[in-house]
Amino acid sequence: MRKNRVPLSLRIPAPSTRPGDAPDFSGMVVPKAGTVERPPIDVSPRAIADISYSLIRVMDDDGKAVGPWDPKLDAALLIRGLKAMILTRAYDDRMYRAQRQGKTSFYMKCTGEEAVAVAQTLAIERDDMCFTSYRQQGVLITREYPIVQMMNQVYSNAADPLKGRQLPIMYSSKDFGFFSISGNLGTQFPQAVGWAMASAYKGDDRIAISWVGDGTTAEGDFHHALNFASVYRAPVILNVVNNQWAISSFAGIAGAGESTFASRATGYGLPGLRVDGNDFLAVYAATQWAAERARSNHGATLIELFTYRAEGHSTSDDPSRYRPADEAKAWPLGDPIERLKKHLIARGDWSEELHQTAVKDAAEQVRAANAEASAIGTLGEGQGPDRGTMFDDVFKEMPPHLRRQRQQVGV
Amino acid sequence: MPAMNMIQALNSALDVMLARDPNVLIFGEDVGYFGGVFRVTDGLQKKHGLTRCFDTPIGEAGIVGAAIGMGAYGLRPVVEIQFADYIYPAYDQLVSEAARLRYRSAGDFTVPMTVRTPYGGGIFGGQTHSQSPEALFTHVAGLKTVVPSTPYDAKGLLIAAIEDDDPVIFLEPKRIYNGPFNGHHDQPVQPWNKHPASDVPEGHYTVPLGKANVVREGSAITILSYGTMVHVALASAEEAGIDAEVIDLRTLLPLDLETVVASVEKTGRCVILQEATLTSGFGAELAALVQEHCFYHLEAPIERVAGWDTPYPHAFEWDYFPGPRRVIEAMRRAMEA
Ligand SMILES: Cc1ncc(C[n+]2csc(CCOP(=O)(O)OP(=O)(O)O)c2C)c(N)n1
Ligand SMILES: [Mg+2]
Repeated sequence: MRKNRVPLSLRIPAPSTRPGDAPDFSGMVVPKAGTVERPPIDVSPRAIADISYSLIRVMDDDGKAVGPWDPKLDAALLIRGLKAMILTRAYDDRMYRAQRQGKTSFYMKCTGEEAVAVAQTLAIERDDMCFTSYRQQGVLITREYPIVQMMNQVYSNAADPLKGRQLPIMYSSKDFGFFSISGNLGTQFPQAVGWAMASAYKGDDRIAISWVGDGTTAEGDFHHALNFASVYRAPVILNVVNNQWAISSFAGIAGAGESTFASRATGYGLPGLRVDGNDFLAVYAATQWAAERARSNHGATLIELFTYRAEGHSTSDDPSRYRPADEAKAWPLGDPIERLKKHLIARGDWSEELHQTAVKDAAEQVRAANAEASAIGTLGEGQGPDRGTMFDDVFKEMPPHLRRQRQQVGV
Repeated sequence: MPAMNMIQALNSALDVMLARDPNVLIFGEDVGYFGGVFRVTDGLQKKHGLTRCFDTPIGEAGIVGAAIGMGAYGLRPVVEIQFADYIYPAYDQLVSEAARLRYRSAGDFTVPMTVRTPYGGGIFGGQTHSQSPEALFTHVAGLKTVVPSTPYDAKGLLIAAIEDDDPVIFLEPKRIYNGPFNGHHDQPVQPWNKHPASDVPEGHYTVPLGKANVVREGSAITILSYGTMVHVALASAEEAGIDAEVIDLRTLLPLDLETVVASVEKTGRCVILQEATLTSGFGAELAALVQEHCFYHLEAPIERVAGWDTPYPHAFEWDYFPGPRRVIEAMRRAMEA
């Protein structure tokens, strides 16, 4: 060791609380609703760099919409959004149980994050293309994709539109503007940029939107997407769903302790908005801003949706092994369904009774769909997909070696 | 000696090496506090400290790139890629960098790194939790590739891999983490503690890289296998009532060609098993070697049993997995030829 120098030390980030500790969000800065400015859509990204360190919020503690980001939506649209969130949650609960009952191999819920996919889907057009991660089932539900079809996919049964080939929840539907989900994290981000570049190349008016988790921002693909989106001014909305956890790793492992995810945009010359992800109105407003910017040829926006993964990562996970058991309940930004409900009631457009009816209707819709899907088959039970299709779609035309292999299977 | 399953044996290998060599450190996604999604690093952070076993950002290229830099400094990083299916972002670091650093620097810089990763099917993991990419590594000049099939071997091979001065890809057959699954998916799997190879010494020992293991002696036919397929081979030999010699290769590169050749010269027949897709798989390399070295002893064409050349289909797990039925058919064909 040379004189006058301190020995270096390796820093490993760690969260402030672990199982057995009381949840602690005291270090979290939550600005008051309505305090962040809403810049014009053609603003220079550098001029609004500070927004990426703040938090866009619209609903105040009483459920009232305040400030420049209030999207001033009519009641019908909000009720549609609320019902889609309720249905998403009911669907998740049912499918989670189905996995526990052995009806499928795997499931992932988006509980606590429903506002992200639902509000964002409502803020874009029906023919805009969604490149989701595995936690935006709310997109399909908001676009009224049949729930029974989603279940058929989860059950890998004879009616599975993906013919039993994909892991449960890895949906795909071109008709519904929903790009095939990959299990490999982050790959969809640059693909969404490419789709958006194609729309621009063709002189079309469609935009693309994509989502990754906080953890996934560490993948190279995240950075390729931002760079390409900036260089080619691609009409795309790039979202980071910061739900604080990536399986067992707190967001600090992805770098959240050093800067915000939204602020990653600034270095690439993109606007970065940071939004209360459990505030339906704020999520809608930020997405609407980004969509207008993209449609006006001003290019891409990065949005960080600040939220919380209220349940386990997947059916294979037990979060009580790595975080305080009641951390979800202590999340300072509340629950997206409860918050929108409160807002609608405060406006006089909703009531406790209407809400209870909506919850019951969603449960009934899910129950009926599940009965229908289960009657066809569940993984390994009842009618499964046709084995003969196992060799289809590897290529457009089946090459001879696959024909030979198909013959060996005897199908 | 305590009975260990493969997860415990791997954990023990890491524990032993952390205690023995301060230059050994472990990192990867979820391996720190939580102990890994398959629990292989369970308790190691608590026991050895935060800087000895820690979580990384989700960036496989970053994990392997950082390990190369650490290795060049003189550390012995052992990194985990959560599933082999997620190793591809790190492929450039492995192929263009780790594999060639010694060669391109004329021995000036080296990479004593071990990359552990669970691989293989049979768990209804769909296309992104089931792949067997071993041939993508054996094809690269400068990488060693190891695949254990029992708890005893897993520990001894992992220690040997960590102590090796070159980069080693250590593929863990996740279907047999908890018991020697033999391909009969409709039958319960015996836990490892019923198997002699679960007798794992607590301390340091090695199973040398580059040495195959004849796990069943026989004179009628040679079965070459590794990983989960070793247990499929053993079950198939019993059920077929054929006096098969089953070889567990243990290390694909460097390969113990001597043991392979001696066996095939004795039996005159050879069936090669791999879970991976058939075309350009490691089995093709084995078939070529057997043909080159044993041609005049062969009494039948070499048979390969492998995964089909499609992505791994979720619902068709057992049509896809090369189980005992297909292995026995191949053995019979080789016997009757
Ligand atoms: C390339 C790649 N590496 C690792 C994994 C394993 N994996 C699946 S989900 C996950 C955590 C992702 O966390 P985040 O991006 O925050 O999304 P969230 O699950 O919180 O929605 C990991 C490590 C993977 N699927 N793909
Ligand atoms: Mg996350």
